[in-house]
Amino acid sequence: MTRNRKITLAAVAIALYLIGVPWLCAGRNYYLGVVTTASGLAVICAGVWLIFYIGRINIGQGAFALIGGYAAAIAVTKWGLSFWIAMPFAGLASMLVGMLIGLPLLRLKGVYFSMITLSLTETARLAAQSLKAVTNGPNGILNIPLPGELSIFGVTVIPDFATLNKHRALFYLGAVLLVVTYAVIHRVVNSRLGWLFRSLQQNEDLASSFGVNVPMLRVIAFAICTFFAGVGGAFFVVMQQSIYPATFAVQDSTYFLLYCFIGGLGFVFGPLVGTFILYMGFEVLQGFKEYQPLLYALLMIGVMLWLPNGLLSIRLPKFLPPKTPSRPASGGDI
Amino acid sequence: MAIMEVVKLTKRFGGLAAVNNVSFDVHEGEILSVIGPNGAGKSTLFKLISSFLPATSGKVVFRGEDITSQKPHVVARKGVIRTFQETTIFRDMTVLDNVVVAHHLHSKASLIGFFLGTRVARDDEAGFRRSAEEIIDFLGIGQMRDEAAKNLPHGHLRALGMAMGMAAAPKILLLDEPFAGMNAEETESALGMVRGIRGRGITVLLVEHDMPAVMKVSDRIVVLNFGEMIAEGAPSEIQENEAVIEAYLGREDEELGI
Ligand SMILES: Nc1ncnc2c1ncn2[C@@H]1O[C@H](COP(=O)(O)OP(=O)(O)OP(=O)(O)O)[C@@H](O)[C@H]1O
Ligand SMILES: [Mg+2]
Repeated sequence: MTRNRKITLAAVAIALYLIGVPWLCAGRNYYLGVVTTASGLAVICAGVWLIFYIGRINIGQGAFALIGGYAAAIAVTKWGLSFWIAMPFAGLASMLVGMLIGLPLLRLKGVYFSMITLSLTETARLAAQSLKAVTNGPNGILNIPLPGELSIFGVTVIPDFATLNKHRALFYLGAVLLVVTYAVIHRVVNSRLGWLFRSLQQNEDLASSFGVNVPMLRVIAFAICTFFAGVGGAFFVVMQQSIYPATFAVQDSTYFLLYCFIGGLGFVFGPLVGTFILYMGFEVLQGFKEYQPLLYALLMIGVMLWLPNGLLSIRLPKFLPPKTPSRPASGGDI
Repeated sequence: MAIMEVVKLTKRFGGLAAVNNVSFDVHEGEILSVIGPNGAGKSTLFKLISSFLPATSGKVVFRGEDITSQKPHVVARKGVIRTFQETTIFRDMTVLDNVVVAHHLHSKASLIGFFLGTRVARDDEAGFRRSAEEIIDFLGIGQMRDEAAKNLPHGHLRALGMAMGMAAAPKILLLDEPFAGMNAEETESALGMVRGIRGRGITVLLVEHDMPAVMKVSDRIVVLNFGEMIAEGAPSEIQENEAVIEAYLGREDEELGI
Protein backbone atom coordinates (compact mmCIF):
# COMPACT_ATOMS: atom_id res chain seq x y z
CA MET A 1 0.00 0.00 0.00
CA THR A 2 1.27 3.46 -0.76
CA ARG A 3 1.67 6.03 1.94
CA ASN A 4 -1.28 8.09 0.75
CA ARG A 5 -3.59 5.12 0.65
CA LYS A 6 -2.57 4.18 4.17
CA ILE A 7 -3.28 7.68 5.45
CA THR A 8 -6.66 7.73 3.72
CA LEU A 9 -7.51 4.32 5.13
CA ALA A 10 -6.54 5.40 8.64
CA ALA A 11 -8.58 8.61 8.33
CA VAL A 12 -11.63 6.69 7.14
CA ALA A 13 -11.29 4.14 9.96
CA ILE A 14 -10.96 6.87 12.57
CA ALA A 15 -13.93 8.81 11.18
CA LEU A 16 -16.08 5.67 11.11
CA TYR A 17 -15.12 4.93 14.69
CA LEU A 18 -15.80 8.47 15.93
CA ILE A 19 -19.14 8.81 14.17
CA GLY A 20 -20.29 5.21 13.84
CA VAL A 21 -19.86 4.00 17.41
CA PRO A 22 -21.84 6.79 19.14
CA TRP A 23 -24.49 6.45 16.45
CA LEU A 24 -24.80 2.69 16.89
CA CYS A 25 -24.80 3.00 20.66
CA ALA A 26 -27.23 5.94 20.83
CA GLY A 27 -29.44 5.44 23.87
CA ARG A 28 -27.44 2.38 24.92
CA ASN A 29 -24.93 3.88 27.27
CA TYR A 30 -23.89 0.51 28.55
CA TYR A 31 -22.52 -0.53 25.16
CA LEU A 32 -20.88 2.82 24.61
CA GLY A 33 -19.21 2.29 27.98
CA VAL A 34 -17.94 -1.11 26.85
CA VAL A 35 -16.30 0.41 23.79
CA THR A 36 -14.85 3.21 25.92
CA THR A 37 -13.40 0.70 28.36
CA ALA A 38 -11.92 -1.30 25.49
CA SER A 39 -10.20 1.80 24.14
CA GLY A 40 -8.65 2.52 27.54
CA LEU A 41 -7.47 -1.08 27.84
CA ALA A 42 -6.02 -0.93 24.33
CA VAL A 43 -3.96 2.14 25.31
CA ILE A 44 -2.45 0.25 28.26
CA CYS A 45 -2.02 -2.85 26.13
CA ALA A 46 0.03 -0.95 23.53
CA GLY A 47 2.81 -0.70 26.10
CA VAL A 48 2.79 -4.43 26.75
CA TRP A 49 3.05 -5.03 23.02
CA LEU A 50 6.06 -2.73 22.70
CA ILE A 51 7.89 -4.77 25.34
CA PHE A 52 7.09 -7.94 23.38
CA TYR A 53 8.54 -6.10 20.42
CA ILE A 54 11.95 -5.77 22.08
CA GLY A 55 11.84 -9.45 22.96
CA ARG A 56 10.75 -9.22 26.59
CA ILE A 57 7.53 -10.11 28.36
CA ASN A 58 6.01 -7.61 30.78
CA ILE A 59 3.51 -9.36 33.04
CA GLY A 60 3.21 -6.37 35.35
CA GLN A 61 1.47 -3.69 33.29
CA GLY A 62 -1.42 -3.61 35.78
CA ALA A 63 0.96 -2.26 38.43
CA PHE A 64 1.87 0.71 36.27
CA ALA A 65 -1.75 1.38 35.36
CA LEU A 66 -2.52 1.35 39.09
CA ILE A 67 0.32 3.77 39.81
CA GLY A 68 -0.95 6.11 37.09
CA GLY A 69 -4.49 5.79 38.39
CA TYR A 70 -3.51 6.72 41.93
CA ALA A 71 -1.26 9.52 40.71
CA ALA A 72 -4.17 11.04 38.79
CA ALA A 73 -6.64 10.49 41.63
CA ILE A 74 -4.34 12.11 44.17
CA ALA A 75 -3.46 14.99 41.88
CA VAL A 76 -7.13 15.74 41.27
CA THR A 77 -8.63 15.16 44.73
CA LYS A 78 -5.80 16.13 47.08
CA TRP A 79 -3.93 18.75 45.10
CA GLY A 80 -6.92 20.11 43.24
CA LEU A 81 -5.20 19.88 39.85
CA SER A 82 -7.16 19.83 36.62
CA PHE A 83 -7.58 16.38 35.09
CA TRP A 84 -5.89 17.69 31.97
CA ILE A 85 -2.72 18.18 33.95
CA ALA A 86 -3.25 15.13 36.13
CA MET A 87 -3.42 12.75 33.15
CA PRO A 88 0.02 13.51 31.67
CA PHE A 89 1.33 13.72 35.23
CA ALA A 90 0.02 10.19 35.82
CA GLY A 91 1.83 9.04 32.69
CA LEU A 92 5.07 10.62 33.85
CA ALA A 93 4.73 9.29 37.40
CA SER A 94 4.21 5.79 36.12
CA MET A 95 7.09 6.21 33.67
CA LEU A 96 9.40 7.43 36.43
CA VAL A 97 8.63 4.38 38.58
CA GLY A 98 8.96 2.23 35.48
CA MET A 99 12.41 3.58 34.74
CA LEU A 100 13.58 3.25 38.34
CA ILE A 101 12.43 -0.35 38.45
CA GLY A 102 13.45 -0.98 34.86
CA LEU A 103 17.07 0.13 35.15
CA PRO A 104 18.10 -2.80 37.34
CA LEU A 105 15.33 -5.17 36.24
CA LEU A 106 15.92 -4.93 32.50
CA ARG A 107 19.50 -6.08 32.99
CA LEU A 108 18.16 -9.46 33.96
CA LYS A 109 17.78 -12.18 31.40
CA GLY A 110 14.36 -12.49 29.78
CA VAL A 111 12.88 -15.12 32.07
CA TYR A 112 13.89 -13.38 35.28
CA PHE A 113 12.53 -10.11 34.01
CA SER A 114 9.14 -11.70 33.34
CA MET A 115 9.10 -13.45 36.68
CA ILE A 116 9.69 -10.26 38.59
CA THR A 117 7.17 -8.25 36.60
CA LEU A 118 4.71 -11.02 37.43
CA SER A 119 4.96 -10.05 41.09
CA LEU A 120 4.74 -6.29 40.49
CA THR A 121 0.96 -6.06 40.18
CA GLU A 122 0.41 -7.81 43.49
CA THR A 123 3.11 -5.67 45.11
CA ALA A 124 1.40 -2.53 43.83
CA ARG A 125 -1.95 -3.67 45.18
CA LEU A 126 -0.51 -4.40 48.61
CA ALA A 127 1.27 -1.06 48.63
CA ALA A 128 -1.95 0.74 47.71
CA GLN A 129 -3.71 -1.11 50.52
CA SER A 130 -1.19 -0.30 53.22
CA LEU A 131 -0.14 3.26 52.36
CA LYS A 132 -3.35 4.55 53.89
CA ALA A 133 -2.16 8.14 54.28
CA VAL A 134 -1.66 8.50 50.55
CA THR A 135 -4.11 6.07 48.99
CA ASN A 136 -6.83 5.86 51.60
CA GLY A 137 -6.11 2.12 51.84
CA PRO A 138 -8.74 -0.49 50.92
CA ASN A 139 -11.50 2.13 50.89
CA GLY A 140 -10.00 3.63 47.77
CA ILE A 141 -10.38 7.18 46.55
CA LEU A 142 -13.97 8.00 45.62
CA ASN A 143 -15.95 10.86 44.15
CA ILE A 144 -13.28 11.82 41.69
CA PRO A 145 -14.72 14.62 39.57
CA LEU A 146 -15.17 14.36 35.83
CA PRO A 147 -12.68 16.30 33.69
CA GLY A 148 -13.33 20.03 33.95
CA GLU A 149 -13.03 22.66 31.30
CA LEU A 150 -9.75 23.02 29.43
CA SER A 151 -9.16 26.51 28.16
CA ILE A 152 -6.07 28.02 26.64
CA PHE A 153 -5.78 31.84 26.72
CA GLY A 154 -9.42 32.07 27.67
CA VAL A 155 -10.58 29.99 24.72
CA THR A 156 -12.45 26.86 25.71
CA VAL A 157 -10.77 23.92 23.99
CA ILE A 158 -12.66 21.19 25.85
CA PRO A 159 -15.85 22.03 27.75
CA ASP A 160 -16.50 20.80 31.29
CA PHE A 161 -17.57 17.15 31.01
CA ALA A 162 -20.34 17.81 33.55
CA THR A 163 -22.07 20.03 30.97
CA LEU A 164 -21.87 17.32 28.29
CA ASN A 165 -23.32 13.87 27.75
CA LYS A 166 -20.86 12.16 30.09
CA HIS A 167 -20.85 8.84 28.26
CA ARG A 168 -20.16 10.40 24.91
CA ALA A 169 -17.55 12.77 26.25
CA LEU A 170 -15.66 9.87 27.84
CA PHE A 171 -15.98 7.86 24.66
CA TYR A 172 -14.35 10.67 22.69
CA LEU A 173 -11.60 11.11 25.27
CA GLY A 174 -10.87 7.37 25.02
CA ALA A 175 -10.94 7.56 21.24
CA VAL A 176 -8.45 10.42 21.14
CA LEU A 177 -6.10 8.61 23.52
CA LEU A 178 -6.43 5.50 21.39
CA VAL A 179 -5.60 7.30 18.16
CA VAL A 180 -2.66 9.19 19.65
CA THR A 181 -1.24 6.06 21.32
CA TYR A 182 -1.34 3.96 18.20
CA ALA A 183 -0.07 6.80 16.02
CA VAL A 184 2.93 7.09 18.35
CA ILE A 185 3.57 3.33 18.42
CA HIS A 186 3.17 3.11 14.66
CA ARG A 187 5.66 5.92 14.21
CA VAL A 188 8.12 4.37 16.64
CA VAL A 189 8.00 1.01 14.91
CA ASN A 190 8.35 2.44 11.43
CA SER A 191 11.22 4.76 12.28
CA ARG A 192 14.80 3.66 12.87
CA LEU A 193 13.86 3.31 16.50
CA GLY A 194 11.71 0.40 15.38
CA TRP A 195 14.67 -1.14 13.58
CA LEU A 196 16.69 -0.89 16.72
CA PHE A 197 13.91 -2.43 18.79
CA ARG A 198 13.61 -5.26 16.28
CA SER A 199 17.34 -5.81 16.45
CA LEU A 200 17.06 -6.22 20.23
CA GLN A 201 14.18 -8.64 19.78
CA GLN A 202 16.25 -10.75 17.43
CA ASN A 203 19.67 -10.74 19.03
CA GLU A 204 20.84 -8.36 21.71
CA ASP A 205 24.49 -9.38 21.47
CA LEU A 206 24.59 -8.83 17.77
CA ALA A 207 22.93 -5.45 18.22
CA SER A 208 25.51 -4.34 20.77
CA SER A 209 28.30 -5.52 18.49
CA PHE A 210 27.15 -2.77 16.12
CA GLY A 211 27.32 -0.13 18.78
CA VAL A 212 23.65 -0.25 19.78
CA ASN A 213 23.29 0.82 23.40
CA VAL A 214 21.10 -2.13 24.31
CA PRO A 215 20.45 -1.33 28.00
CA MET A 216 19.43 2.23 27.17
CA LEU A 217 17.05 1.16 24.42
CA ARG A 218 15.38 -1.34 26.72
CA VAL A 219 14.80 1.39 29.27
CA ILE A 220 13.42 3.71 26.58
CA ALA A 221 10.97 1.04 25.47
CA PHE A 222 9.96 0.43 29.07
CA ALA A 223 9.52 4.17 29.63
CA ILE A 224 7.13 4.40 26.68
CA CYS A 225 5.34 1.26 27.88
CA THR A 226 4.80 2.52 31.42
CA PHE A 227 3.82 5.99 30.22
CA PHE A 228 0.90 4.47 28.33
CA ALA A 229 0.00 2.44 31.40
CA GLY A 230 -0.09 5.60 33.51
CA VAL A 231 -2.21 7.55 31.06
CA GLY A 232 -4.56 4.59 30.66
CA GLY A 233 -4.79 4.23 34.43
CA ALA A 234 -5.71 7.92 34.76
CA PHE A 235 -8.37 7.46 32.09
CA PHE A 236 -9.99 4.60 34.03
CA VAL A 237 -9.95 6.62 37.21
CA VAL A 238 -11.84 9.49 35.65
CA MET A 239 -14.17 7.12 33.86
CA GLN A 240 -15.10 5.18 36.99
CA GLN A 241 -14.65 8.27 39.17
CA SER A 242 -12.99 6.06 41.76
CA ILE A 243 -9.94 3.88 42.32
CA TYR A 244 -9.30 0.91 44.61
CA PRO A 245 -6.21 -1.23 45.21
CA ALA A 246 -7.88 -3.93 43.12
CA THR A 247 -8.80 -1.68 40.18
CA PHE A 248 -6.00 -3.40 38.27
CA ALA A 249 -5.30 -6.96 39.36
CA VAL A 250 -2.87 -9.68 38.32
CA GLN A 251 -5.59 -11.04 36.06
CA ASP A 252 -5.65 -7.77 34.11
CA SER A 253 -1.91 -7.89 33.66
CA THR A 254 -2.12 -11.35 32.13
CA TYR A 255 -5.12 -10.43 29.97
CA PHE A 256 -2.98 -7.73 28.34
CA LEU A 257 -0.59 -10.44 27.21
CA LEU A 258 -3.46 -12.42 25.79
CA TYR A 259 -4.83 -9.40 23.91
CA CYS A 260 -1.43 -8.97 22.28
CA PHE A 261 -1.21 -12.66 21.36
CA ILE A 262 -4.70 -12.72 19.84
CA GLY A 263 -4.12 -9.64 17.74
CA GLY A 264 -0.61 -10.64 16.73
CA LEU A 265 2.78 -9.76 18.19
CA GLY A 266 4.19 -8.81 14.81
CA PHE A 267 1.59 -6.13 14.12
CA VAL A 268 1.37 -2.64 15.56
CA PHE A 269 -2.41 -2.85 15.62
CA GLY A 270 -2.38 -6.36 17.07
CA PRO A 271 -2.99 -5.28 20.66
CA LEU A 272 -5.77 -2.92 19.57
CA VAL A 273 -7.59 -5.60 17.59
CA GLY A 274 -6.97 -8.20 20.30
CA THR A 275 -8.30 -5.98 23.07
CA PHE A 276 -11.43 -4.94 21.22
CA ILE A 277 -12.34 -8.40 20.03
CA LEU A 278 -11.72 -10.19 23.31
CA TYR A 279 -12.98 -7.57 25.72
CA MET A 280 -16.08 -6.68 23.72
CA GLY A 281 -16.72 -10.30 22.88
CA PHE A 282 -16.99 -11.18 26.52
CA GLU A 283 -19.10 -8.19 27.41
CA VAL A 284 -21.57 -9.22 24.72
CA LEU A 285 -21.57 -12.85 25.87
CA GLN A 286 -22.41 -11.88 29.45
CA GLY A 287 -23.68 -15.36 30.23
CA PHE A 288 -20.21 -16.83 29.93
CA LYS A 289 -18.65 -14.42 32.37
CA GLU A 290 -17.92 -17.00 35.03
CA TYR A 291 -16.06 -19.15 32.53
CA GLN A 292 -13.96 -16.25 31.31
CA PRO A 293 -10.58 -17.40 32.68
CA LEU A 294 -11.16 -20.91 31.36
CA LEU A 295 -12.26 -19.69 27.94
CA TYR A 296 -9.32 -17.30 27.78
CA ALA A 297 -6.95 -20.14 28.54
CA LEU A 298 -8.45 -22.34 25.85
CA LEU A 299 -8.38 -19.46 23.41
CA MET A 300 -4.74 -18.82 24.17
CA ILE A 301 -3.84 -22.44 23.46
CA GLY A 302 -5.91 -22.40 20.29
CA VAL A 303 -4.28 -19.25 19.00
CA MET A 304 -0.81 -20.56 19.71
CA LEU A 305 -1.58 -23.78 17.85
CA TRP A 306 -3.44 -22.53 14.82
CA LEU A 307 -2.70 -18.83 14.56
CA PRO A 308 0.77 -18.34 15.99
CA ASN A 309 1.02 -14.88 14.44
CA GLY A 310 -2.36 -13.67 15.69
CA LEU A 311 -5.61 -12.67 14.05
CA LEU A 312 -4.01 -9.99 11.90
CA SER A 313 -1.94 -12.66 10.15
CA ILE A 314 -5.11 -13.87 8.46
CA ARG A 315 -5.13 -12.37 4.99
CA LEU A 316 -7.75 -12.47 2.33
CA PRO A 317 -6.14 -14.14 -0.66
CA LYS A 318 -5.37 -11.83 -3.58
CA PHE A 319 -6.82 -8.89 -1.74
CA LEU A 320 -3.73 -7.99 0.22
CA PRO A 321 -0.32 -9.56 -0.26
CA PRO A 322 0.65 -11.85 2.60
CA LYS A 323 3.18 -10.44 4.96
CA THR A 324 5.52 -12.33 7.19
CA PRO A 325 5.57 -10.54 10.49
CA SER A 326 8.69 -10.48 12.58
CA ARG A 327 7.98 -12.45 15.69
CA PRO A 328 9.94 -11.99 18.86
CA ALA A 329 12.54 -14.64 19.34
CA SER A 330 13.30 -15.59 22.90
CA GLY A 331 15.39 -12.83 24.43
CA GLY A 332 19.09 -13.08 23.70
CA ASP A 333 21.35 -14.11 26.52
CA ILE A 334 24.90 -13.50 27.86
CA MET B 1 52.41 1.41 13.54
CA ALA B 2 50.48 -0.56 16.13
CA ILE B 3 46.79 0.27 16.00
CA MET B 4 46.12 -2.07 18.90
CA GLU B 5 48.25 -3.53 21.67
CA VAL B 6 47.16 -6.59 23.59
CA VAL B 7 49.09 -6.55 26.85
CA LYS B 8 49.38 -9.56 29.18
CA LEU B 9 45.72 -10.34 28.61
CA THR B 10 44.35 -13.10 30.83
CA LYS B 11 40.93 -14.66 31.25
CA ARG B 12 40.21 -17.35 33.80
CA PHE B 13 37.01 -19.39 33.95
CA GLY B 14 37.27 -20.85 37.42
CA GLY B 15 40.53 -22.78 37.39
CA LEU B 16 40.88 -22.75 33.61
CA ALA B 17 42.99 -20.03 32.04
CA ALA B 18 41.27 -19.77 28.66
CA VAL B 19 43.59 -16.92 27.71
CA ASN B 20 46.83 -16.70 29.64
CA ASN B 21 49.18 -13.73 29.62
CA VAL B 22 48.88 -13.07 25.90
CA SER B 23 50.64 -10.03 24.41
CA PHE B 24 50.91 -8.95 20.78
CA ASP B 25 50.55 -5.87 18.60
CA VAL B 26 48.18 -5.40 15.70
CA HIS B 27 49.59 -3.27 12.92
CA GLU B 28 47.43 -0.84 11.03
CA GLY B 29 46.12 -2.23 7.73
CA GLU B 30 47.32 -5.81 8.17
CA ILE B 31 45.51 -9.13 8.14
CA LEU B 32 46.54 -10.81 11.39
CA SER B 33 45.35 -14.36 11.97
CA VAL B 34 44.96 -16.08 15.31
CA ILE B 35 45.20 -19.86 15.03
CA GLY B 36 45.34 -22.77 17.45
CA PRO B 37 43.67 -26.12 18.14
CA ASN B 38 40.05 -26.33 19.36
CA GLY B 39 39.63 -24.77 22.78
CA ALA B 40 42.90 -22.84 22.51
CA GLY B 41 41.15 -19.63 23.56
CA LYS B 42 40.77 -17.87 20.21
CA SER B 43 37.12 -16.94 20.54
CA THR B 44 37.66 -15.94 24.13
CA LEU B 45 40.48 -13.63 23.02
CA PHE B 46 38.10 -11.98 20.53
CA LYS B 47 35.45 -11.55 23.21
CA LEU B 48 38.01 -9.91 25.48
CA ILE B 49 39.17 -7.53 22.76
CA SER B 50 35.59 -6.52 21.93
CA SER B 51 34.71 -6.27 25.66
CA PHE B 52 31.98 -8.91 25.45
CA LEU B 53 33.78 -10.60 28.34
CA PRO B 54 35.59 -8.81 31.16
CA ALA B 55 39.30 -9.63 31.35
CA THR B 56 40.71 -11.15 34.53
CA SER B 57 43.87 -9.11 34.08
CA GLY B 58 45.90 -7.36 31.40
CA LYS B 59 44.65 -4.78 28.97
CA VAL B 60 43.73 -3.94 25.42
CA VAL B 61 44.96 -0.59 24.13
CA PHE B 62 43.34 0.73 20.99
CA ARG B 63 44.92 3.82 19.38
CA GLY B 64 46.56 4.73 22.64
CA GLU B 65 43.42 4.32 24.73
CA ASP B 66 42.76 1.55 27.24
CA ILE B 67 39.46 -0.03 26.16
CA THR B 68 39.59 -3.06 28.44
CA SER B 69 36.72 -2.38 30.81
CA GLN B 70 34.44 -0.45 28.49
CA LYS B 71 30.95 -1.57 27.47
CA PRO B 72 30.74 -3.57 24.21
CA HIS B 73 28.69 -0.93 22.39
CA VAL B 74 31.21 1.73 23.40
CA VAL B 75 34.11 -0.33 22.07
CA ALA B 76 32.13 -0.87 18.86
CA ARG B 77 31.64 2.88 18.56
CA LYS B 78 35.38 3.37 18.73
CA GLY B 79 35.75 1.16 15.66
CA VAL B 80 36.41 -2.35 17.00
CA ILE B 81 33.74 -4.60 15.51
CA ARG B 82 33.45 -8.33 16.06
CA THR B 83 31.57 -10.97 14.14
CA PHE B 84 30.40 -14.13 15.84
CA GLN B 85 31.69 -17.66 15.43
CA GLU B 86 28.19 -19.05 15.12
CA THR B 87 26.67 -17.34 12.14
CA THR B 88 24.81 -14.54 13.83
CA ILE B 89 22.38 -12.38 11.93
CA PHE B 90 18.94 -10.89 12.45
CA ARG B 91 17.10 -13.95 11.19
CA ASP B 92 13.73 -12.43 10.42
CA MET B 93 15.02 -9.34 8.66
CA THR B 94 15.87 -9.18 4.99
CA VAL B 95 19.48 -9.28 3.85
CA LEU B 96 19.44 -5.59 2.99
CA ASP B 97 17.81 -4.63 6.31
CA ASN B 98 20.43 -6.58 8.24
CA VAL B 99 23.16 -4.53 6.61
CA VAL B 100 21.24 -1.27 7.00
CA VAL B 101 20.85 -1.87 10.75
CA ALA B 102 24.55 -2.61 11.03
CA HIS B 103 25.21 1.01 9.98
CA HIS B 104 23.73 2.20 13.25
CA LEU B 105 27.06 3.45 14.58
CA HIS B 106 27.21 6.10 11.93
CA SER B 107 23.84 7.57 12.62
CA LYS B 108 23.97 11.30 13.15
CA ALA B 109 20.36 11.67 14.20
CA SER B 110 19.21 11.41 17.80
CA LEU B 111 16.57 8.93 18.92
CA ILE B 112 14.03 11.76 19.01
CA GLY B 113 15.15 12.65 15.50
CA PHE B 114 14.34 9.10 14.40
CA PHE B 115 10.90 9.39 15.93
CA LEU B 116 10.13 12.75 14.34
CA GLY B 117 11.64 11.72 11.03
CA THR B 118 13.85 14.80 10.84
CA ARG B 119 15.86 15.64 7.77
CA VAL B 120 19.05 14.30 9.37
CA ALA B 121 17.34 11.01 10.19
CA ARG B 122 16.00 10.65 6.65
CA ASP B 123 19.39 11.47 5.14
CA ASP B 124 20.99 8.86 7.40
CA GLU B 125 18.47 6.31 6.32
CA ALA B 126 18.93 6.97 2.62
CA GLY B 127 22.72 6.98 2.98
CA PHE B 128 22.72 3.70 4.89
CA ARG B 129 20.54 2.08 2.28
CA ARG B 130 22.85 3.14 -0.53
CA SER B 131 25.91 2.02 1.36
CA ALA B 132 24.26 -1.30 2.27
CA GLU B 133 23.39 -1.96 -1.36
CA GLU B 134 26.94 -1.21 -2.37
CA ILE B 135 28.38 -3.54 0.27
CA ILE B 136 26.16 -6.50 -0.56
CA ASP B 137 26.97 -6.09 -4.25
CA PHE B 138 30.65 -5.96 -3.35
CA LEU B 139 30.35 -9.23 -1.43
CA GLY B 140 28.26 -10.86 -4.15
CA ILE B 141 24.97 -11.25 -2.29
CA GLY B 142 23.22 -8.32 -3.96
CA GLN B 143 20.75 -10.57 -5.74
CA MET B 144 19.47 -11.86 -2.37
CA ARG B 145 18.75 -8.43 -0.95
CA ASP B 146 15.07 -8.98 -0.22
CA GLU B 147 15.36 -12.55 1.06
CA ALA B 148 14.73 -13.14 4.75
CA ALA B 149 18.22 -13.70 6.14
CA LYS B 150 17.24 -17.06 7.68
CA ASN B 151 16.60 -18.47 4.20
CA LEU B 152 20.15 -17.89 2.93
CA PRO B 153 22.42 -20.82 2.21
CA HIS B 154 25.38 -21.18 4.53
CA GLY B 155 28.06 -19.57 2.38
CA HIS B 156 25.91 -16.51 1.81
CA LEU B 157 25.18 -16.25 5.52
CA ARG B 158 28.89 -15.92 6.19
CA ALA B 159 29.10 -13.25 3.52
CA LEU B 160 26.19 -11.47 5.17
CA GLY B 161 28.02 -11.57 8.50
CA MET B 162 31.02 -9.93 6.85
CA ALA B 163 28.79 -7.40 5.09
CA MET B 164 27.40 -6.40 8.47
CA GLY B 165 30.91 -6.05 9.84
CA MET B 166 31.86 -3.84 6.91
CA ALA B 167 28.73 -1.73 7.31
CA ALA B 168 29.97 -0.65 10.70
CA ALA B 169 33.02 0.75 8.85
CA PRO B 170 35.32 -0.40 11.63
CA LYS B 171 38.97 0.40 12.16
CA ILE B 172 39.49 -3.23 13.15
CA LEU B 173 37.20 -6.06 12.11
CA LEU B 174 37.36 -9.29 14.12
CA LEU B 175 36.25 -12.25 12.01
CA ASP B 176 35.71 -15.50 13.92
CA GLU B 177 35.98 -18.47 11.53
CA PRO B 178 34.42 -16.80 8.49
CA PHE B 179 35.30 -19.76 6.22
CA ALA B 180 33.85 -22.49 8.44
CA GLY B 181 31.67 -24.90 6.49
CA MET B 182 32.66 -23.52 3.10
CA ASN B 183 33.85 -25.60 0.17
CA ALA B 184 37.10 -24.76 -1.62
CA GLU B 185 35.41 -22.55 -4.16
CA GLU B 186 33.42 -20.60 -1.58
CA THR B 187 36.53 -20.18 0.54
CA GLU B 188 38.40 -18.80 -2.43
CA SER B 189 35.79 -16.12 -3.01
CA ALA B 190 35.58 -15.40 0.74
CA LEU B 191 39.34 -14.88 0.76
CA GLY B 192 38.78 -12.27 -1.92
CA MET B 193 36.23 -10.60 0.34
CA VAL B 194 38.65 -10.46 3.26
CA ARG B 195 41.32 -8.93 1.04
CA GLY B 196 38.73 -6.49 -0.28
CA ILE B 197 37.85 -5.45 3.27
CA ARG B 198 41.51 -4.82 4.04
CA GLY B 199 41.75 -2.97 0.73
CA ARG B 200 39.31 -0.47 2.19
CA GLY B 201 41.74 0.36 4.94
CA ILE B 202 40.18 -1.91 7.56
CA THR B 203 42.59 -3.87 9.74
CA VAL B 204 41.46 -7.50 9.91
CA LEU B 205 41.89 -9.89 12.83
CA LEU B 206 41.00 -13.39 11.70
CA VAL B 207 40.40 -16.61 13.61
CA GLU B 208 40.38 -19.57 11.24
CA HIS B 209 40.99 -23.32 11.15
CA ASP B 210 41.38 -23.52 7.39
CA MET B 211 45.21 -23.50 7.32
CA PRO B 212 45.80 -23.19 3.57
CA ALA B 213 43.46 -20.18 3.58
CA VAL B 214 45.17 -18.65 6.61
CA MET B 215 48.62 -19.10 5.06
CA LYS B 216 47.47 -17.45 1.85
CA VAL B 217 45.72 -14.44 3.27
CA SER B 218 47.61 -13.49 6.45
CA ASP B 219 50.38 -10.95 6.80
CA ARG B 220 51.21 -12.28 10.24
CA ILE B 221 49.97 -15.09 12.46
CA VAL B 222 49.63 -15.48 16.22
CA VAL B 223 49.38 -19.04 17.54
CA LEU B 224 47.58 -19.95 20.76
CA ASN B 225 47.65 -23.29 22.56
CA PHE B 226 45.87 -23.91 25.87
CA GLY B 227 45.44 -20.16 26.27
CA GLU B 228 49.13 -19.37 25.84
CA MET B 229 50.72 -17.64 22.90
CA ILE B 230 53.32 -20.04 21.56
CA ALA B 231 54.39 -18.27 18.39
CA GLU B 232 54.07 -15.11 16.36
CA GLY B 233 55.37 -14.36 12.89
CA ALA B 234 54.94 -14.45 9.14
CA PRO B 235 53.15 -17.48 7.62
CA SER B 236 56.42 -18.98 6.38
CA GLU B 237 57.97 -18.74 9.87
CA ILE B 238 54.89 -20.23 11.53
CA GLN B 239 54.86 -23.19 9.13
CA GLU B 240 58.37 -24.10 10.23
CA ASN B 241 57.99 -23.31 13.93
CA GLU B 242 58.73 -26.37 16.10
CA ALA B 243 56.32 -25.43 18.89
CA VAL B 244 53.50 -24.92 16.43
CA ILE B 245 54.08 -28.23 14.72
CA GLU B 246 54.17 -29.81 18.18
CA ALA B 247 50.82 -28.26 19.10
CA TYR B 248 49.23 -29.58 15.95
CA LEU B 249 51.13 -32.91 16.22
CA GLY B 250 49.61 -35.72 14.27
CA ARG B 251 47.50 -33.33 12.29
CA GLU B 252 50.18 -31.15 10.78
CA ASP B 253 49.75 -32.46 7.25
CA GLU B 254 46.15 -31.39 6.77
CA GLU B 255 46.00 -28.57 9.25
CA LEU B 256 49.19 -26.69 8.56
CA GLY B 257 49.09 -27.45 4.89
CA ILE B 258 52.73 -28.36 4.72
N1 LIG C 1 31.87 -18.87 29.26
C1 LIG C 1 32.75 -19.84 29.53
N2 LIG C 1 32.78 -20.45 30.74
C2 LIG C 1 33.67 -21.42 31.01
N3 LIG C 1 34.59 -21.86 30.15
C3 LIG C 1 34.63 -21.32 28.92
C4 LIG C 1 33.71 -20.27 28.55
N4 LIG C 1 33.98 -19.91 27.27
C5 LIG C 1 35.01 -20.68 26.87
N5 LIG C 1 35.41 -21.51 27.85
C6 LIG C 1 36.52 -22.48 27.77
O1 LIG C 1 37.67 -21.76 27.44
C7 LIG C 1 38.47 -22.51 26.53
C8 LIG C 1 38.72 -21.70 25.29
O2 LIG C 1 37.50 -21.56 24.56
P1 LIG C 1 37.38 -20.78 23.19
O3 LIG C 1 35.97 -20.81 22.77
O4 LIG C 1 38.03 -19.47 23.33
O5 LIG C 1 38.25 -21.70 22.22
P2 LIG C 1 38.52 -21.56 20.66
O6 LIG C 1 39.97 -21.46 20.51
O7 LIG C 1 37.68 -20.49 20.09
O8 LIG C 1 38.03 -22.97 20.15
P3 LIG C 1 37.33 -23.37 18.76
O9 LIG C 1 38.42 -23.48 17.77
O10 LIG C 1 36.72 -24.70 19.05
O11 LIG C 1 36.33 -22.31 18.43
C9 LIG C 1 37.73 -23.81 26.27
O12 LIG C 1 38.29 -24.79 27.11
C10 LIG C 1 36.32 -23.50 26.67
O13 LIG C 1 35.67 -24.65 27.16
MG1 LIG D 1 36.15 -20.39 18.78
